[in-house]
Amino acid sequence: MKRIVHYINQFYAGIGGEEKADRTPFFEDKVIGPGMGLAKEFGDRAQIVRTVVCGDSYYGEHTEEARRQCLEMIREAKPDLLVAGPAFNAGRYGFACGDIAAAASENGIPSVTAMYRENPGVELFSKKTYIVPCGDSARTMAQALSGMARLGAKLLSGEALRPAREEGYIHRGIRKNFLHEKRGAERAVEMLLKKLRGEEFRTEYEMPVFNKIPPAPPLKDLAHATIALVSSGGVVPFGNPDHIRVSSAETYGTYDISGLSDLTPENYESVHGGYDRTWANLDPDVVIPIDVLRELEREGVFGKLHPFLYTTTGTGTAVAFAEKFGREIGEELKKAGVDAAILTST
Amino acid sequence: MTREIEKAAGIPVVQIATIVPIMLTVGANRIVPGVAIPHPVGAPDLGADGDRATRRELVLRAFRAMQTEISEQTVFER
Repeated sequence: MKRIVHYINQFYAGIGGEEKADRTPFFEDKVIGPGMGLAKEFGDRAQIVRTVVCGDSYYGEHTEEARRQCLEMIREAKPDLLVAGPAFNAGRYGFACGDIAAAASENGIPSVTAMYRENPGVELFSKKTYIVPCGDSARTMAQALSGMARLGAKLLSGEALRPAREEGYIHRGIRKNFLHEKRGAERAVEMLLKKLRGEEFRTEYEMPVFNKIPPAPPLKDLAHATIALVSSGGVVPFGNPDHIRVSSAETYGTYDISGLSDLTPENYESVHGGYDRTWANLDPDVVIPIDVLRELEREGVFGKLHPFLYTTTGTGTAVAFAEKFGREIGEELKKAGVDAAILTST
Repeated sequence: MTREIEKAAGIPVVQIATIVPIMLTVGANRIVPGVAIPHPVGAPDLGADGDRATRRELVLRAFRAMQTEISEQTVFER
């Protein structure tokens, strides 16, 4: 029979609540707590051979150590599958379940967990393990357990998984190629007709969902303001000294422009892989307007240009990286006392 | 990137780019439509003077945008 290890926290192990959340990892070679229901769901398809328990705070505060210890306890039991949780909407528990499940998968042990769609663990780990969506509290325990058991059994069977929405897990952002009986143009027209008729249709290419934020208050005193320049137009010092990628960038460059009053083909160039660079390479100011900013600075229209330029290529760049660049640059601008910024994109 | 800088620094960040719907989607609050994708702040076809005048107008418009009180995403047209 196939072997399962079940991961749960101190609360579901019946040890205690918050006061026991710093419990270090331990295991018992038996079914504990929600494992009972899980075992019933799996029936004779698989057996829970071990339950690994860790306090949620311990896992959150000593993640590397907790992961190492738990993973060792899991591997020792030679499981065919790790089931973690369900974590519902518990943030730290969701983090622990997602992290240990992802670590197991990375180490060749298929894993499944369950949590509420808005649990932060979903965003962090949905690409690294299989997460079955469930309600926000233990009221939905039965649904969560049966969902994990259904998907777990499928993983154990070694059968190829169908799309996430059919298998009942949160999609992992993976697109698989296959031959469709209808060509793309036909499908697109059908989709358009449905849209025109106001009928429901499903896109074949989902767009990421972006957050919006309330606008920052306006600049009060332009004449004394420090203004920074940021760009995703791929314009970098000639020779691209930091090897910023031409597309799918994972880094940005910070360059001292305090002595520069004009960008020229000799000092700067565009390495962007997503547009025709002819004009940018004749005069990089058409992407990063340093020449007129210096002019306006001299005229006293604004205070001064921030001495550093922040630049990357914005093509194929993962949203997560773009957001990370933004956070880091934002922190720097704040520290430097910059009052406003202009960001140019191609 | 624009949104996260604005959030982290708490300062107005004006984005100048050409495809306005993308800027609206990614959450830029102060938007100045650029000239063209490969030269958002330049107009090389107008010659050296026209190019520079175009760029200057766009930067001045960005200054206007950063000084304007707004309550939602706003596109600053010429």
